[in-house]
Parts: sequence; structure tokens; C-alpha cells
Amino acid sequence: MLELDTVTAGYERRAPVFRGASLTVAPGESVGLLGPSGCGKSTLARVAALLHRPDAGRLVLDGTEVRAWRHRAPRELRTAVGVVFQQPRTAADPRLTLAEIIAEPLRATGRRAEADSRVAELAPAVGLTADLLTRRPHEVSDGQLQRACLARALTLSPRWLICDEMTAMLDASTTAALVAAVETYRAETGAGLLAVGHDRVLLNRWCDRTVEWKDCLPPKETR
Amino acid sequence: MNAADPTVLRALAAVTAERAEDAVLSVRDLTVRFRLRGGRSVAAVSDAAFDLGAGECLALVGESGCGKSVLASALLGLLPGNAETSGTALLEGEAGAGPTDLLAADEKTLARTVRGRRVGLVPQSPAGHLTPVRTVRSQLEETVRALTGTPRRARRKAAEDAAERAAFPAGHLDRYPHELSGGLAQRAATALALIGDARLLLADEPTTGLDRELVDRTVDELRRHVDEGRGLLLITHDLAAAARIADRVAVMYAGRIVETAPAHRFFGPAGPRHPYARGLLDALPDRAFTPIPGMPPELSALPEGCAFAPRCPLATDLCATRPEPHAGVACHHPEHPRA
Ligand code: SF4
Repeated sequence: MLELDTVTAGYERRAPVFRGASLTVAPGESVGLLGPSGCGKSTLARVAALLHRPDAGRLVLDGTEVRAWRHRAPRELRTAVGVVFQQPRTAADPRLTLAEIIAEPLRATGRRAEADSRVAELAPAVGLTADLLTRRPHEVSDGQLQRACLARALTLSPRWLICDEMTAMLDASTTAALVAAVETYRAETGAGLLAVGHDRVLLNRWCDRTVEWKDCLPPKETR
Repeated sequence: MNAADPTVLRALAAVTAERAEDAVLSVRDLTVRFRLRGGRSVAAVSDAAFDLGAGECLALVGESGCGKSVLASALLGLLPGNAETSGTALLEGEAGAGPTDLLAADEKTLARTVRGRRVGLVPQSPAGHLTPVRTVRSQLEETVRALTGTPRRARRKAAEDAAERAAFPAGHLDRYPHELSGGLAQRAATALALIGDARLLLADEPTTGLDRELVDRTVDELRRHVDEGRGLLLITHDLAAAARIADRVAVMYAGRIVETAPAHRFFGPAGPRHPYARGLLDALPDRAFTPIPGMPPELSALPEGCAFAPRCPLATDLCATRPEPHAGVACHHPEHPRA
């Protein structure tokens, strides 16, 4: 279970982006979180991905409350969650090849030896061909780079996936291909998914259920 | 009716010629190559041809890297130094003057008379187009001054008129760009694009990253400017936005326009005829949601024949030779309309 319980978060203590947001994803479930741009749903996605410490509230991952936050949660916990953002260009180190980008989480956890075999497994799963793996971000398209970013999110075989507007920049066919890659991974591993976005048609088609951002917040009077 | 019938082809040619005559923009054989080190070259755009009339919206659709943004940059003379361009792109002349070939015009002409004046630019990210340290009013007035030479005392009114045309609320004119919502920033950028009263508007991915409601509002506003008699070239990967406002759709794949079709047929029950265009529509989440297998080819290593062949369910030996466009479709085995 991935539980966000009355979470308040933001970038300035006095002016949080949102207050008291709650959301639950059951194991193996896919939930779409729908909201307008600028509403705070991306900040919530960062909290759920253990990349942003909430100012208040609890985050419970598979029964364990996440504690010992610094700016982010401790690394051992973070490996349970894979995350893909909207902008592959800002999410990938421009100096690395696509193969190195995909293998980054293994290097960071001291498992460099597994890199080659894991990259060889993941590349076809996200539709990347061998000739693309030796290129750097400026030598590939946005769609190809986003495929690499999705593979990177899957490298450590996370139990949870957070996709924050993963396909907002992409054409229809690449969108369908990336969603299919996520769903294949989930079918194989039983991983749960939180997909954050603004496209209702897409989220309804993709996810088991779609929740509105405003329904994650406490009723107006108490805010 | 058989599309290969000579009378039909003649009729189509006549329609095309008529379109070209009163076109705001008429593009023929537009080709862009980027020279790379080591003698390699990238075929970014090949033999693109289309006409855009007054009061018409043509949506140029395709995935990122298909060449559609390069095509737009070529029309504006904004390509990097290693680009080689050929073909013609005739922009209708003003007040009885002859047309200007945008591909042959020098930078001075493009900077002084074309960009922002005869071609209005609706930017991809309004944030990047607005100056952060100046209010919307001051930017509008500055653009009025630069583009129209309006005397100082009339500028305030001209700027307010421009804001009104783009449905930008007068009460927000004294705000800075960061104080605006995404939708208002897009309107402010559109107001700037409309100041020169250009007959041709060029919008490059104007809806990227916007919410669906905002997409709808943005394209509806663009449509209004089209209905006032402007021509709009809408470059987008957002098929829903294209379906909402386009009169015609041109689909680009690997640097070539592979199909041009009326929007009502393209998005309607008949559907497109080119297998790539069909695949693109079938990938939509409100349709089959199935991706086209594989990825587009490298523009630096295009095959001799049809560039879509490795991904195409209908490919035959014939497809090893390049299909020439015929009645709006460049395909050896175009599908028949579904309805
Ligand atoms: S020419 Fe052949 S390979 Fe190309 S789209 Fe048509 S049928 Fe497919």
C-alpha cells in the first residue's frame, strides 16, 4: 500500500503548495491523479516518489512509515519506487549515454556489475534499439530519451511507479508505446502505479481509477 | 470514383492551382538538409508542398523529430548555419505587391518585414516569449511602436486593442508575466503575435503542457483569428487540438508530408488513407490506444524507398521505391476510406 495521509508540502514553510492531501494506492493498483497545471499535484508526486520531504503528514509505504527524511527519504526506501517526469531533457544527465542513464540507479547502489545485463533486458522492453544506447541525450529525440528515463525508473524493479505527466510532451504513438511498456512491467511484477496528469481521456483509459486533485484535499472550510 | 482516374486527377490539379493562386502561403519542393561533420547529412525536410489560404487553418502533425518544427524555422529564416534549404515558399504580398519567397529573402528583409509583421508568431512557451521584467502593457506598447510606428499618444489605445483581440483582460495589463496563469500568458503572447496584423499566423506547438480545457480555449481563440481572414499554420503533435480547429491536416513522417486531407475526412469515419496516419490516430487513448510498432528512422540514414516500410503492415516489394504523392497521399497501397 502507498498511503499519503494529510500531507502538507511545498518549497517555503509558510506558504506550502498544498495542505492536507490524502491519497491511497493499493498494491498492484493503478491510480490516475487528475488536476490542472500548477495545482500542486507534481509536488505530491515528488513526495510519493520519496524525493521531497513533506512539511506535515505521513507517508506510509507497504506498512512502514517513511521517517528519517533529509531532503529526500533514505536511499534504501527510495529503491522501492521508480519515477518518471514530464521533461526528459531536465531529468537526464546530458553527459551520459542512454545505457549509462538506464544503469544509473545500479551504479548509485554499488551494483555496477549488473548494469550490462539489466540494460540489455530493459532496452527492448521500452522499445530502444542497441544503436541508440551509445548515444547521448542531444543525439536522440524527446520520445527516445523518455523511453530511456522510463527504463531507468524500472532498473531496480520497483514495487511502485510514479509517472508525473510522463507523456505530456509526446506524440500519440510514443504515448501509447510508453503506457504499454509500463503496463507490461506491472503485469509481470504486480507493481502499483500513480500516474499524475491533466489528460482525463488518457488517465481514464490507462488507470483502474482516476481521482480528482480537489478530492484529495480536505473540504474547503477546514483548509 | 477511382482516385487514379485522369479526370479526377485533373480536377484535383485544378483545385490545387486555384488554392495556390489565392494562398497566403504557397510552399513547393521545400527541402532542408543539415550538413554534419564527416560529410554526413540529415534530411530534415524533403519536398514539402502545401498551400494555405486566407481564413484557413492547416495543421501540420507528426511526432517530435519528424521535421515539422524545422519546416517552420525554414519559413522564418531561423535555421542554423549548417542548414541548406531549397524550394520556394511564397508569402502573399501586401497591398498589391508581389509575393515574397521566404526561402530566398535575406535576413534583413525577414527581420524587418516578415517575422512578427507579415507572419505572426504564436510561441510554444509563452513564458519564453514574454520579457519577465516588464509588464504586459509595456511589452505590447513596445511591440506596437516597433511594428506599426504608431505615434506615442495612440500606443496605449493600440496596445489595449491588441489585448482585447486576444481576449486578454484589460485589468491584467499592468501585471508581470510571472503573475499570470498559463492561459493568460498564452493570450498575452498571442496578443503580441497579432499586433502586426499579419495575414499569416504560425503557431508552433502552442498547446504543449497546457491542460485540456486551456488547450481548447487556446485553439478556439486561434480559430477566431482564422475566421477573421488570417491563414494559420498550426504545428502540433496534439491531434485533439488539430481535430478541434483545422480545416486541413498535413501529416509529416521522416521529413516528408505523407498525406494531406480535409480535417473532417481525416478525423471522421472515413479516416486517413496513409497507413502511418491511420496508426497515429489508432494510438489515441480514445481509440485503440495501440502504438505503431518500432520507431521512426534516422533522418541521417533514410532508406531509398518508403521511410515507413519497416513499420508498415501493408508494405510490399513495391515499397522499396519511394511513393510519389498522388491525390494527397504518398503511399503505394493507400487504404480506402473506411466508410
Ligand atoms: S508505401 Fe508501402 S510501406 Fe509505405 S506506407 Fe504505403 S504501403 Fe506502407
